[in-house]
Amino acid sequence: MFPAAFDYIAPGALDEVLSLLGQHGDDAKVLAGGQSLIPLLKLRFAAPVIVVDIGRVEGLEGIRRENGHVRIGARTRHRDVESATELRGTLDVLLDAAPLISDPLIRNMGTVGGSVCHADPAGDWGAVMLAVGAEFVVKSAGGERVLPAAGFFEGPFTTGLHADEVMTEIRIPVGSGRSGGTYLKLERKVGDFASVAAAVHVVLGDDGRIATAGIGLCAVGAHSIKATAAEAALAGQEPTDAVIAEAARLAGEAAEPKADIRGSAEYKRDVARVFVQRGLHTAINRAQGAAA
Amino acid sequence: MAVDTTEAAAAAEAARQAMGGIGVSLARKEDARFIHGQGHYVDDVVLPGMLHMVIVRSPHAHARIKGIDSSAAMAIPGVVAVVTGELLAQHKLAWMPTLSGDTQAVLATDKVRFQGQEVACVIAETKYIAEDAAQLVSVDYEPLQAITTPQQAIAPGAIVIRDEKEGQTDNKIYHWEAGDKDATDAAFARAAKVVSLETFYPRCHPSPLETCGCVADLNPVTGNATIYMTSQAPHAHRTLFAIVAGLPEEKIRIISPDLGGGFGNKVPIYPGYVVATAASLLIGRPVKWIEDRTDNLISTGFARDYYMDGSVAIDENGKFIGLRVNLLSDNGAFFADAQPSKFKAGLFHIVTGSYDIPAAHIVANGAYTNKAPGGVAYRCSFRVTEASYFIERLVESAAVELGQDPVTTRLNNFIQPEAFPYKSASGFEYDSGNYPAAMKVALDMLGYDELRKEQAEKRAKGELMGIGVASFTEVVGAGKGKDYDIAGLRMFDSAELRVHPTGKAILKLGVMSQGQGHETTFAQIVAEELGIPASDVEVREGDTDNTPFGLGTYASRSTPVGGAATAVVARKLRDKGKIIAAHLFEADVADIEFAKGKYNVKGSPDNVKTIQDIAFAAYTNIPDGIEAGLEGVTYYDPPNMTFPFGTYLVVVDIDKGTGQVKVRRMVAVDDCGVRINPMIVEGQIHGGLTEGFGIAFMELITFDDEGNCIGSNFMDYLIPTAWETPRFELGQTVTPSPHHPIGAKGVGESATVGSPAAYVNAVIDALSHLGITNIDMPITSDKVWAALRSKGVTE
Amino acid sequence: MKVTFEINGTEKSVDVEPRTLVVDLIRTKLGMTGTHIGCDTSNCGACTVLLDGRPVKSCTLLAPMLDGKKVTTVEGLAAGGKLDAIQVGFHAEHGLQCGFCTPGMMLVGKALIEANPHPTEDEIRWGISGNICRCTGYMNIVKAIQHAAAANAAENTAGVA
Ligand SMILES: Cc1cc2nc3c(=O)[nH]c(=O)nc-3n(C[C@H](O)[C@H](O)[C@H](O)COP(=O)(O)OP(=O)(O)OC[C@H]3O[C@@H](n4cnc5c(N)ncnc54)[C@H](O)[C@@H]3O)c2cc1C
Ligand code: FES
Ligand code: FES
Repeated sequence: MFPAAFDYIAPGALDEVLSLLGQHGDDAKVLAGGQSLIPLLKLRFAAPVIVVDIGRVEGLEGIRRENGHVRIGARTRHRDVESATELRGTLDVLLDAAPLISDPLIRNMGTVGGSVCHADPAGDWGAVMLAVGAEFVVKSAGGERVLPAAGFFEGPFTTGLHADEVMTEIRIPVGSGRSGGTYLKLERKVGDFASVAAAVHVVLGDDGRIATAGIGLCAVGAHSIKATAAEAALAGQEPTDAVIAEAARLAGEAAEPKADIRGSAEYKRDVARVFVQRGLHTAINRAQGAAA
Repeated sequence: MAVDTTEAAAAAEAARQAMGGIGVSLARKEDARFIHGQGHYVDDVVLPGMLHMVIVRSPHAHARIKGIDSSAAMAIPGVVAVVTGELLAQHKLAWMPTLSGDTQAVLATDKVRFQGQEVACVIAETKYIAEDAAQLVSVDYEPLQAITTPQQAIAPGAIVIRDEKEGQTDNKIYHWEAGDKDATDAAFARAAKVVSLETFYPRCHPSPLETCGCVADLNPVTGNATIYMTSQAPHAHRTLFAIVAGLPEEKIRIISPDLGGGFGNKVPIYPGYVVATAASLLIGRPVKWIEDRTDNLISTGFARDYYMDGSVAIDENGKFIGLRVNLLSDNGAFFADAQPSKFKAGLFHIVTGSYDIPAAHIVANGAYTNKAPGGVAYRCSFRVTEASYFIERLVESAAVELGQDPVTTRLNNFIQPEAFPYKSASGFEYDSGNYPAAMKVALDMLGYDELRKEQAEKRAKGELMGIGVASFTEVVGAGKGKDYDIAGLRMFDSAELRVHPTGKAILKLGVMSQGQGHETTFAQIVAEELGIPASDVEVREGDTDNTPFGLGTYASRSTPVGGAATAVVARKLRDKGKIIAAHLFEADVADIEFAKGKYNVKGSPDNVKTIQDIAFAAYTNIPDGIEAGLEGVTYYDPPNMTFPFGTYLVVVDIDKGTGQVKVRRMVAVDDCGVRINPMIVEGQIHGGLTEGFGIAFMELITFDDEGNCIGSNFMDYLIPTAWETPRFELGQTVTPSPHHPIGAKGVGESATVGSPAAYVNAVIDALSHLGITNIDMPITSDKVWAALRSKGVTE
Repeated sequence: MKVTFEINGTEKSVDVEPRTLVVDLIRTKLGMTGTHIGCDTSNCGACTVLLDGRPVKSCTLLAPMLDGKKVTTVEGLAAGGKLDAIQVGFHAEHGLQCGFCTPGMMLVGKALIEANPHPTEDEIRWGISGNICRCTGYMNIVKAIQHAAAANAAENTAGVA
């Protein structure tokens, strides 16, 4: 199976990428790790005129902590997040999610930004970014925009990104409170996309109450879902079993799954609930164990 | 001075290892090329001037073809030809016979009958161009209603799928019965209890990692047809090619190079082979056709798709007295099951399994549907897998209803060791077995009683844990030829052994390895029988010009049949060696003794001639009146099948919240008779247990109501990785086959046959106290969750 | 377009269509057929090569992406007539049957023990979970990788002593 023919260019500088995208618009496709785009090209579901490989642009990779944010270069590979153990205690959910994405070989190529831009409703990073309240830095020849994760995912493979824009960075705010998180994924085997997954990120206040909670759901709707009602039900509360169970129930209700070969809508909704419940327990335990 | 016994024993062991005879876990001779990346598979064949073929397939499950326009495809530079059914029809090649005596469209002319059916072939200079052009072949379809289950197919008034077949007025294919209805009815009439089970063994696919393909090289000048193809049965394929394509058989040479797995998928002849061959003949250049994975999954030999229901009649003592089974098979659009021609449901009538059931009656019906044809034995001996699954599941149900431990129910009903040879109610003569012994080894390995205690404790806490038991019996190694044939070709197999003057040997076989290690195992049989070290025996297969005729490798028949042929031909040469030895010793032939590669005259064991000496003499110093050479060939027709068996035990834990099943342990005790190379045998079992695990929990080809195939690539057709696959614990008992020359039985498939029921029984065992009696495979988490919810269990 | 890269220690410059898949470049253009194709959807790993030392699926890489990079294929495992420890391990432990997945499995195994010289069984199973083997049931592949790890460790100790 081979792609249809296309032109290919791998600029060394971001400006050149941006001007090419400005010039070609919808006819161009950005190539990052290629782990979603190349399969699509092979199946001929995508047939761009020109492929713009951002693999040679400097400065798009790496994980840094700066000004109250963890900043992840858009072209950072899944495996580099997997091994960023310095995030333990701050952004557990990232560390727990990374190894569950596809398989070890795909993780060696696939990128966080590529995954977010691809916006597969069953893509794992989308739910994670919603849970941690990330912001996406996107650039075009016309300038820069910063888009919050909430609202970025509009539908299957559809986002707020314009055809002439490139995502350069993902910014995740990290406060000083004790935090914990985790990611739970139901997959049928390694390398499978999620049937259902839930990302949970909790920050505790000094009083031991939940200051903020972020919950992202994966594969249970047309796009990654932020379980806002559940988050609201947790904010300011004592982390009791009853509070957690109620939030989990609300998260289940936020899911909009469709029945398919992986199971009925009821099944997926219930697993979302179970995962959020388990995830909140883990996240809170971790936060309680963490030093402030 | 006392002999140092440990040293002597060590020396003997070293000699045994160096000889590499039966029982030695010799590292494989074939490995060298593979670990260097020099395995030679069909796709590695490149010939000068070679063209590439891509198949255009039907997007519809059932549609009339109103027209095909290939002009746009032909307009692309580099496209050489677009072959359609109409063109083939001019050469009488639009249809071909199947292995089950039906016909199959090579390229559709009138209708397409399943999604993925071959409609046209594009032949071009490169594969890229062929794929580009294939997108441009435009076919005008008039969609028809699709039939996606055999129940729909046989319902009155169903649209007739095979309307091109004369006399075919419905979608029924066959009706077949085995056993004794009256005796079975009588048994049920006096039963104290009747336990029933209805279950579906879904469609799955062998999916060897290498797909199917060929390179056809027909020379219009010489008339020579050399076809490199992914074939588990090259000789049978040569003959079928001669019949299908009308080519002179002496001009056809089928070369099956290294195969990247087969598992039954590479037994049938597929349209792609036929078109590539025809195209090569018409164009006069070699044509390569290699399937992509989707081609493989949607169009080539699937397996199973059996709907089974039946009952066991049980007397007041808990003894089985009768068995009834009804099955309805979904054979797809063409009846292309690869199986012995007299048996429409393969060897399904082995369904009485390991149990002494005096009366049995089996009724089988087959139906056409708008699905891919196939019905191959996916690591299985012709539908034994379905049979074994059914009886082992039914026995589980019986145990639950009798309120017994499933082990007890089995022990109460096993065919007893002293009952062999045992004639089964459905007509098999089991050659040998000792079922309680295998069961005992397995129970001890697992620590069964302890786990039952743990289960009770867990259950009290509301946790779900199950222990599954399956005690399967297989029937492998077809023929005998009188009873078993494929497309008329009797199921014997062959071995040709040539010992060269320097004492090295070459063994040529009619069977065909797909990874089973024939180059090692068969050399070991020669080592054992002739005393030529296995390292000095080269094994050749897969080239019809250079190997004797045989039926090929599937249904675990290589060792039972090809292995027996090897032993027998080696013994022939051994006997000839005696004549030569007698000549060299100037002794009487009757006085010559042979052991471990050495000949001597009775009474003087120290004066020996080695087999190498004899081989040299066979070409240099032969007695008068004896033909020179030390070569022979044997066509072995087995007197009976062999009946491997075993007990498999599985422990599972179930997550109530998600329905996920985790296999905690898997103990497999196999009895495959004498093990030639124990390491290779264990490798075969590991592979089979993994495929069984895949079938039980994830492998599935299914269809939506329109007949669209779900499971058409490895995103959806799920094959277990190392992470999900259980860690297997293997054990063994050894009950040699009494009629096989070396007592071996064949093992390639036991684990796929026996394990699915063990996995499923474990899940049911975890849930039966809730009143859950059956979940059809694959047991996915959503099905378990739904079953739990239906009983009000939730997290 | 022209692409220049190093494969098994040798620099190559090839002229390719941009849409050429790396697996096809290696098999067809370079005539090295040890790298296989088992699927179309990046699921099987039969096409595994090392890209700058890390295992990747060469069916999911475009030829131009190789420019300036180092590729290792199964043909590059044995050096100077000496088998790599991973090759020895696969042979000794019966880590292969049909051999189709073997090149990919060996490359993944090699990269794995280079990054983690003493892997647990779980780490090995996790590490090879992007590669499908249809024949072996993985038991002996795990052992083969352990065998190679042990051999490497023995060699290192021998080097120190
Ligand atoms: C077998 C398999 C299994 C997988 N399983 C999972 C899984 O379980 N979970 C999961 O989340 N993912 C999974 N994936 C997808 C994988 O994670 C991809 O790596 C990821 O979705 C895309 O990242 P990439 O860098 O490879 O992007 P590419 O394939 O290069 O690009 C993907 C899309 O995003 C666009 N794009 C990429 N980068 C940018 C950028 N910086 N700015 C603007 N647009 C950009 C591209 O134009 C393209 O449309 C799987 C993939 C495969 C092949
Ligand atoms: S060929 Fe299957 S992953 Fe590359
Ligand atoms: S050895 Fe056959 S696929 Fe692994």
